[in-house]
Amino acid sequence: MSFMDRTARAFLLSELVSGLALTFRYMFKSSVTINYPYEKGPLSPRFRGEHALRRYPNGEERCIACKLCEAICPALAITIEAEPRADGSRRTTRYDIDMVKCIYCGYCQEACPVDAIVEGPNFEFSTETREELLYDKQKLLANGDRWENEIAANLAADAPYR
Amino acid sequence: MIVQALAFYLFAAIAIASGAMVISSRNPVHSVLFLILAFFNAAGLFVLMGAEFLAMILVVVYVGAVAVMFMFVVMMLDINFAELRQGFLRYLPIGGLVGLILLAELLIILAGWQLAPAATQSEMLAVTPPPGEMSNTMALGQLIYTHYINLFQAAGIILLIAMIGAIVLTHRRRPGVRRQDIGRQLQRRPADTIEVRKIPTGKGL
Amino acid sequence: MVEFWSVWIWPTVWIVIKIVAIVLPLLLAVAYLTFAERKVIAAMHRRKGPNVVGPFGLLQPMADGLKLFLKETVIPTGANRAVFVIAPMITFILALVAWAVIPFGQMSDGTPMVLADINVGILYLFAISSLGVYGIIMAGWASNSKYAFLGGIRSAAQMVSYEVSIGFVIITVLLCVGSLNLSRIVEAQAGPWGLFHWFAFPLMPMAVIFFVSGLAETNRHPFDLPEAEAELVSGYNVEYSAMAFALFFLGEYANMILMSAMTSVLFLGGWLPPFNIAPFTWIPGPIWFILKIAACLFVFLWVRATLPRYRYDQLMRLGWKVFLPVSLAAVVIVAGALITFGWMPARAG
Repeated sequence: MSFMDRTARAFLLSELVSGLALTFRYMFKSSVTINYPYEKGPLSPRFRGEHALRRYPNGEERCIACKLCEAICPALAITIEAEPRADGSRRTTRYDIDMVKCIYCGYCQEACPVDAIVEGPNFEFSTETREELLYDKQKLLANGDRWENEIAANLAADAPYR
Repeated sequence: MIVQALAFYLFAAIAIASGAMVISSRNPVHSVLFLILAFFNAAGLFVLMGAEFLAMILVVVYVGAVAVMFMFVVMMLDINFAELRQGFLRYLPIGGLVGLILLAELLIILAGWQLAPAATQSEMLAVTPPPGEMSNTMALGQLIYTHYINLFQAAGIILLIAMIGAIVLTHRRRPGVRRQDIGRQLQRRPADTIEVRKIPTGKGL
Repeated sequence: MVEFWSVWIWPTVWIVIKIVAIVLPLLLAVAYLTFAERKVIAAMHRRKGPNVVGPFGLLQPMADGLKLFLKETVIPTGANRAVFVIAPMITFILALVAWAVIPFGQMSDGTPMVLADINVGILYLFAISSLGVYGIIMAGWASNSKYAFLGGIRSAAQMVSYEVSIGFVIITVLLCVGSLNLSRIVEAQAGPWGLFHWFAFPLMPMAVIFFVSGLAETNRHPFDLPEAEAELVSGYNVEYSAMAFALFFLGEYANMILMSAMTSVLFLGGWLPPFNIAPFTWIPGPIWFILKIAACLFVFLWVRATLPRYRYDQLMRLGWKVFLPVSLAAVVIVAGALITFGWMPARAG
């Protein structure tokens, strides 16, 4: 590059001007973000969000207290205690997930033989206190009742690939 | 008039009080801050006298630059006050004596102060423009760049020499240091250094 | 008694009214400058920016202010209490005080629309802006925190360095005007050709140097090293919270507006319309002045969205090895040109 050209570029601040021109052009492009609390991006059926314990359509809880999820949980977030119920079936008396420990790896739902523990599509469950994130069986079952439609749809959508 | 008198006493009182605080406060940073306050009030006094140019220059030069440098140095000093006050009593007599002698000398000079007869007459006054005819910026400029041009230039040269001396004393060029050459960096254009090639899949370069 | 009222009370009241008329819109402008900053930068990043509080998020600055107002002011242990509390006040007060000499326009009888039409207006502005460093340096020292201290030290060195080139640029303008009075400076840029008489054209390189030095003087990007959040958390104001922090924030943005006003007065012809033809001359002077300030502020934000932060030695190099020699040479060249071609301004008071 010739000397004149270089000098002219240096004194006319061509680098600065080209950078500024770039940002100026971008200012008039439409924004690529979505208006989050009012608009939401699409979620995959495999999305791993808040946990839920599901029930059978007749209202019976699916979990059979096999403790596979507790065994596989890499973060040791799941605690299960179980004993036979009055009708002789084996059920959990305690099913706790420490959502603070949980790393949302999804191993629990992979391990579950009866599709009882699943990670639903809900990711907006922040709380104001730490205690609220220590989920017990009631909370998990309530989640299951609340999100059953979405969870069932997701499982159905993902079923061909399993 | 009464407002000006009040303003004068306010500025003067604060200037003297902050001057006293400069030498009496324990913390050197506080001292510098009080010094700045004193400069500021001196500038206020200049404004009251109608010398607004001097007032602004005082603020720009002393408060805006010199005092910042003071502050800079003093803030970074790590002074051990206990050590500083060790032996204060031992040296008090000598220090006090020196102070007293200086005070006596100053008093003698002030008592015997007299303007040279020539200074009050003709020559010096003739170059001073009568107040009210022009702003004092212009008046100062006309004095400095005509009558006092030699002194002004000499002062400038002395400052320049001091500055160059300071640079010479502290500047050292270390060999083998790689420096950023911004001119060379700016000369490089993407076209000179980057080559974009389209590589067909499975062929390699 | 009547004399007492007419001599003492009414002038005082009138001055107070003028001060309020300047300060209130200024504070409002500061609040909306923060909003504009977030919106403009968001647009350049192709984001949306604040849009929840009020229509288009227009009430966001109010919500932010309210939040800061309601929070607790924490004074860290080991901080130098008096200096710690005074520092934000100094920053804020200095940012407001400087507006006393800015001329907003011209009355119909030719007198400038200004709070105090003093002879050394530009020097006053320069003095006030050179004092701005104290708020920062005091805050940095009094916080008794390493980050804050480093921020204070950096800003002291930076602001003192760039003041030098600002001073020389101002001198070149003064040479062309022949007065230190701000309204005279604006009047000197009037002429039949409208915007081609503004000093931004004959003194183009000086205008650029002034603006860039102004960025450094107000600690804005790309010279925001005193508050570089990546390395100094947020520099001199790490330890500040609530109202004290708000004062720093307001002061900083008011300083940006002040710098833009100085740029418009010195180089963009203050309240003068860009063309001396009918539709432009109908718009009153203050509106033009505000539009020019807004344009300068937009460049402030635009630069922030575009440029990365300088390294500290690059910053010092730019100030001392580029701007200082160039502006010094410009003083000589401009003075020489004025003398050679007989363009010296008529002796002004």
